[in-house]
Amino acid sequence: MWDVLALLVNTSVFAAAFRMATPLIFAALGGILSERSGVVNIALEGMMLTGAFTAVFVTYHTGMPWVGVLGAMAAGALMGLLHAVVCIRYRANQVVSGTALNIFAGGLTVFLLRFFFNIAGTSPAVNVIPDITIPVLNRIPWIGKILGRQNPLVYLALVSVVVVHIVLFKTVWGLRLRSVGEHPRAADTVGVNVYRIRYVAVALSGALAGIGGSYLSIAHLSRFSENMTAGRGFIALAAMIFGKWTPLGALGACLFFGYADALQMRLQNLGIPVQFVQMLPYVLTMIALAGFIGQAVAPKASGEPYVKEG
Amino acid sequence: MVKVLEMQGITKQFPRVLANDRIDFDVNQGEIHALVGENGSGKSTLMNILYGLYHADAGDIYVRGEKVQINEPRAAIDLKIGMVFQHFMLVEPLTVAENIVLGSEVRRGPFLDYKRAAEEVERLSAEYGLSIDPHAKISDLSVGLQQRVEILKALYRGAEILILDEPTAVLTPQEVDELMEVMRNLRDKGTSIVFITHKIREVLAVSDRVTVLRRGKKVGTKKTSETNEQDLAEMMVGRVVLLQVDKTPAEPGEEVLAVQSARVRDKLGTLRVNDVSLTIRSGEVLGIAGVEGNGQQELVEAIVGLTRIESGQIIFNGVDITGWSPLRIKQAGLGYVPEDRHKRGLILDYSLADNLVLGLHSEPPFIKRLGIRDDKAVQDNAERMVEEYDIRPPLPNQLVKRFSGGNQQKVVVAREFTRNPELLICSQPTRGVDIGAIEFIHEQVISQRDQGAAVLLVSAELDEILSLSDRIAVMYNGKIVTVMPAHEATEHKLGFLMLGGNLEDYQGEGGNNSVR
Repeated sequence: MWDVLALLVNTSVFAAAFRMATPLIFAALGGILSERSGVVNIALEGMMLTGAFTAVFVTYHTGMPWVGVLGAMAAGALMGLLHAVVCIRYRANQVVSGTALNIFAGGLTVFLLRFFFNIAGTSPAVNVIPDITIPVLNRIPWIGKILGRQNPLVYLALVSVVVVHIVLFKTVWGLRLRSVGEHPRAADTVGVNVYRIRYVAVALSGALAGIGGSYLSIAHLSRFSENMTAGRGFIALAAMIFGKWTPLGALGACLFFGYADALQMRLQNLGIPVQFVQMLPYVLTMIALAGFIGQAVAPKASGEPYVKEG
Repeated sequence: MVKVLEMQGITKQFPRVLANDRIDFDVNQGEIHALVGENGSGKSTLMNILYGLYHADAGDIYVRGEKVQINEPRAAIDLKIGMVFQHFMLVEPLTVAENIVLGSEVRRGPFLDYKRAAEEVERLSAEYGLSIDPHAKISDLSVGLQQRVEILKALYRGAEILILDEPTAVLTPQEVDELMEVMRNLRDKGTSIVFITHKIREVLAVSDRVTVLRRGKKVGTKKTSETNEQDLAEMMVGRVVLLQVDKTPAEPGEEVLAVQSARVRDKLGTLRVNDVSLTIRSGEVLGIAGVEGNGQQELVEAIVGLTRIESGQIIFNGVDITGWSPLRIKQAGLGYVPEDRHKRGLILDYSLADNLVLGLHSEPPFIKRLGIRDDKAVQDNAERMVEEYDIRPPLPNQLVKRFSGGNQQKVVVAREFTRNPELLICSQPTRGVDIGAIEFIHEQVISQRDQGAAVLLVSAELDEILSLSDRIAVMYNGKIVTVMPAHEATEHKLGFLMLGGNLEDYQGEGGNNSVR
């Protein structure tokens, strides 16, 4: 019993929580940008997966994992543009388009894995982005143990939260983005280009999800394996809702889910049945959503294609 | 006179309707030009073309003497044309200042200079006497204040030609007075205003000239001082119109409906109807006046069984019907014209004939043995109704969504009135309905009363309340403030009570009637 309680506040669990939260944070930020502009993006999962594969593919050929991250961003952005064209230009149902992209990404990555590496299941190992130590931070008691030494992408995720927050709430573009997601016609009548903002937002959404995917394959692990995102895109979506479509709120939710994930890995060592423990993050997700979703208000025009009249 | 705007030969074809047919329209510098006509006469279309939201199929636009192309709102804004829409173009979670500057923001690099935006708004609001808190969220503002934000939004963009699309439709009489003051003010500062409305009295009160449209064509332009109410009504409708409802004094009989201490909460748990009691007798019309959102809708929906009441009782013909299902209440003799005909009154994707039997569809004569529908009876019924209620076009199989607002409302009225209900509840029965249809619906309401129905009329239009009711109740903040005989009520007095005033404080027209 004491073992379990000690685990709950163990710094290594907290450190792991940040690591597990990182891919979720990127994807959730992507989801926020997209939905705030009025396009539902349930394709985060597929975008992450595509990013994870592209990161490995590019790193394998260049030997440079940071170039792999850029490749992941580009691949995610491409998926985003595809989603955007289908949803904005052709006004398809956004949930259907997102679902289709998820299935597409699942198939595509498996196919490409066999095509390029002539291998099934798991890719060869590639270079990873190594962890770094932050000089002063690592000396601070307790916090230093959690955040003093982490992967650069973990820090990048935290910085991205702040950046997206500032973009959304402090810049002109952010104001326009929010207005387009709430009341596109109002934005249109004052000369804001609704379609352009949505295209950019959805592409950025894909790029962010792509980075999230690359963290899994070239930072957390060193290889791509089939369906390695394992539903994280959907958990990120849940975190976005839980965080009420705000970057800071989503950060909190992602850390919560990351913590649950970190905890279940440790609990497995304590003799609790694995299958049961593995359910923990998902059960917590459901409880959290059931308890809080009632108070969350989505951007009003989210999911609605904008049609000009006349 | 300098013409700031000239539109020549504007033509716009929509699928099925010619919305604008070679319309000429011009506006002088510093005038209020009223643009009037029934629904579907093409007023909004014409102005949407001017604002770049629609594109004309033919015709030319000249602004300050120069021929212009307006393909999008941005172009209109650049020509200093501003538009206040009937359905506000405001982003609710954003603040007043954010909404006003949206699209033409004060920047500091990529950042919004919110402080300066707020200062700009304060400066404008002081200059034009339109006071507003720049930091308030739109969703916290009253409709009147939201409209003020819309006007400021146009002024912020330097509008010299201001289009107001049915601005009074959503306002209380006091707010209308205020708006007219604002309009005169703007005109005196040199702004040219196009004022779209279908209320003739407002035209006469505030405009310098008036242009009348009918079915997409221009009927004429007149100086307001050279026309009058009857003249304008005839131009709008194309025939002589009865502006006053002809009715004899009521002869109330037995009590039909009694609401006793009803309390109703909405979905969020807010108390919307607070201890309301009222009675209506057979053969009388009880009108409920009030600014929308003061509990009228909740009260009505509780009576017809659509919402649960928390406490209190509803007695219909001596029977306690509290908690009955809507169908059972209907079958007990209720006719109900709901406030929102699209949400509650009609199924837009069903045909006219099907809509005319909604709620009756499971009763004879529309049902045969084994529960099979009698198509012929449904069809016959539709043909009879179309004839009797003058529903146009007379096509029973056409989808209801293809009919005009006025004709859609006639469908609801036909269905609900035809069984001669003992209790008739009409909520905003003539909203978005044109003068011709209003006249008809009003006649029908009075005829139901004369046949012995007890009528509950809820309306935001004080004209309607005053001309139809025998007794008038004012609802404010979930309570019935006062009930008075119709002859004691005036528009001004009701307006005062609707805003939360006390009857004892009322000092008559021209008195100092501050509500707070």
